[in-house]
Amino acid sequence: MSTSLSVRSAGVMHWRFVLQLIFTLAVCAFMIVPVLMSVLAGLTENYLVGLSSGLTTRWIAEVWGLYADSIWLSIYLALACLGCTLLLGVPAAYGLLKCRKRWAAIIEELLLMPVAIPGLATALALLLAYGQFHGFRGSWLFILVGHVLFTLPFMIRPVLAVMQAIDVVRLEEAASSLGAGAIQRFFTVILPNCTSGILAGALMVITLSVGEFNITWMLHTPLTKTLPVGLADSYASMRLEIGSAYTLIFLLMILPLLTLIQWFGQWAARRASRSVQ
Amino acid sequence: MKSTFATLPQVAHREPVRIRLRQCARTFAGRQGQHTALHPLDLAVEPGETLVLLGPSGCGKTTTLRIISGLEQPDAGGEVWFGDEQVTHLPIEKRDVGMVFQNYALFPNMNVAANIGYGLKIRGYSAEVIRQRTGEMVDMVHLQGLEQRAIHELSGGQKQRVALARAMAVQPRVLLFDEPLAALDAKLRDRLRIDIGQLLRQLGITAVYVTHDQAEAMALGDRIAVMEKGRIAQLGTPQQIYHQPATAFVADFIGTVNRFAILGRGQGSLQVTGGGLPSDYQGDASLLYCRPEDVRICTDDEPVAVRGRVIQRFFLGQSQRLLVDTGAAEPLQVDSSSRQHWQVGDAISLSVPADALFAITGNQTQPHAGEKAESAAGSST
Repeated sequence: MSTSLSVRSAGVMHWRFVLQLIFTLAVCAFMIVPVLMSVLAGLTENYLVGLSSGLTTRWIAEVWGLYADSIWLSIYLALACLGCTLLLGVPAAYGLLKCRKRWAAIIEELLLMPVAIPGLATALALLLAYGQFHGFRGSWLFILVGHVLFTLPFMIRPVLAVMQAIDVVRLEEAASSLGAGAIQRFFTVILPNCTSGILAGALMVITLSVGEFNITWMLHTPLTKTLPVGLADSYASMRLEIGSAYTLIFLLMILPLLTLIQWFGQWAARRASRSVQ
Repeated sequence: MKSTFATLPQVAHREPVRIRLRQCARTFAGRQGQHTALHPLDLAVEPGETLVLLGPSGCGKTTTLRIISGLEQPDAGGEVWFGDEQVTHLPIEKRDVGMVFQNYALFPNMNVAANIGYGLKIRGYSAEVIRQRTGEMVDMVHLQGLEQRAIHELSGGQKQRVALARAMAVQPRVLLFDEPLAALDAKLRDRLRIDIGQLLRQLGITAVYVTHDQAEAMALGDRIAVMEKGRIAQLGTPQQIYHQPATAFVADFIGTVNRFAILGRGQGSLQVTGGGLPSDYQGDASLLYCRPEDVRICTDDEPVAVRGRVIQRFFLGQSQRLLVDTGAAEPLQVDSSSRQHWQVGDAISLSVPADALFAITGNQTQPHAGEKAESAAGSST
């Protein structure tokens, strides 16, 4: 009797599993199919005719010819943004750690503002404040300012979290008791022990900067077009196939970054749980 | 018990230094105005002495240690002296101290050897000297073979040994301990306590040791400063602190005390609740105290005794503690041989030798013991 019971419960389990699997696959399909369609469109000779028109890399080449500058600009911009957020964000996280709880909370809220309010509003504010400085407004530095505003909290937060987890203040006290001055402490103790947070933040910043559209679209000039702005441009004014090929290039750039973020996230969690033990 | 630390004469080649605090106070600005962590404090730690700062949390002991170390500045007017040098305004990295923290505070990005050698490296010693001194330290704290281990691979006791070696590798002027054993389990704590005690005696270095554990304080301290509410309630040798506590707070905090309210005085005896005690005490205190181990269980025909009934019994292994109800507000606590068979409800007669009874002169109104403790604070020897 007990066996029949277990067989029956196994049957129920089995059905539940199958239902869950179907549901999961359906949701995945709902999200992945449009991406695949887009990728296919980018590789199809003539999308209106369909796959029977044949596959080609012509559109990719064409995108590269038209938008290589945008792609390079995006990469430079992301790296510059990373540099700025590192220089600003790591010391800022350290400052937040040291300053009083109440002030730290207020400052963190303020730092999150550019993420919370629409990018268009941020961009508009920047244009109102600095739009009359034409040299600045026309250069890629103007977009960089927008990107740094938007990505800074994504650097500060993981670094701050790591600093809190490993009790950096105590480590610093130990280092100073052994004779290390502030600069020595920063480079021998604080920085090396925060690398997991810094790496996590860095990947996040690059990914967000490469994909940022709202602020950039408002701030760009015809000469300072980034990848996502170029994408919007190509969708609006070119053949569908070119826009789709553009998506393909974008995916090829961003997917490795996302994978790295995942991988580093797990690595950092393992490291943190080890250092707590 | 023999120490597990090997002797290391090289570490102690420096002349021990006297630490002096003059009028060191510390006030923190809180949300509800000012909070005084430490009232103006004068304190001297003799060269080569181990002074233990003992007290409950929030009594100011850690603040005092941090002022000595330089991690904290005293309020204006306070002075910190190491020997003839005033160090009040020197940051900790210039004070040449060694510090051992409660949670080890080892650098997770370095292995055992690199942690121990960190202070030497900062001071710019050659790789050869660092390697040699680190090796000596590793020998001293018996961590041979673990030099290349990562910090997260060590047990709590090993971590604290590394922290100890790291603090001593630089041959500091003074050693400071901030509850170094609090995070360890009881067995390890005892072991390491003995080791640290031996090491401090061997090195003859001036040391300040903060703890809330009275057993640790008595075992390690040449002198103990019992602190309460930002003041020193009593400063003295462990014997003085235990046998002549200056305030009711000290008596209570160090071990257990019994209280007898004096109801009347007879010829060579005192009348107390439940009977009498043989004593020719002539002072004007209305309360006398004694330790549980000084209470003697006597026969029922003893003429002067306190009589009561056993209400609880705790078997402790080497002894047993009896709680005896004598009709007083709180039961008497009595330590007796663990081989005696006492049952709850048994009638019992107790006596206390006259020299084991003591009065507390400092202050007897317990809830405010700290308020007038200053008069007792200077009673050092």
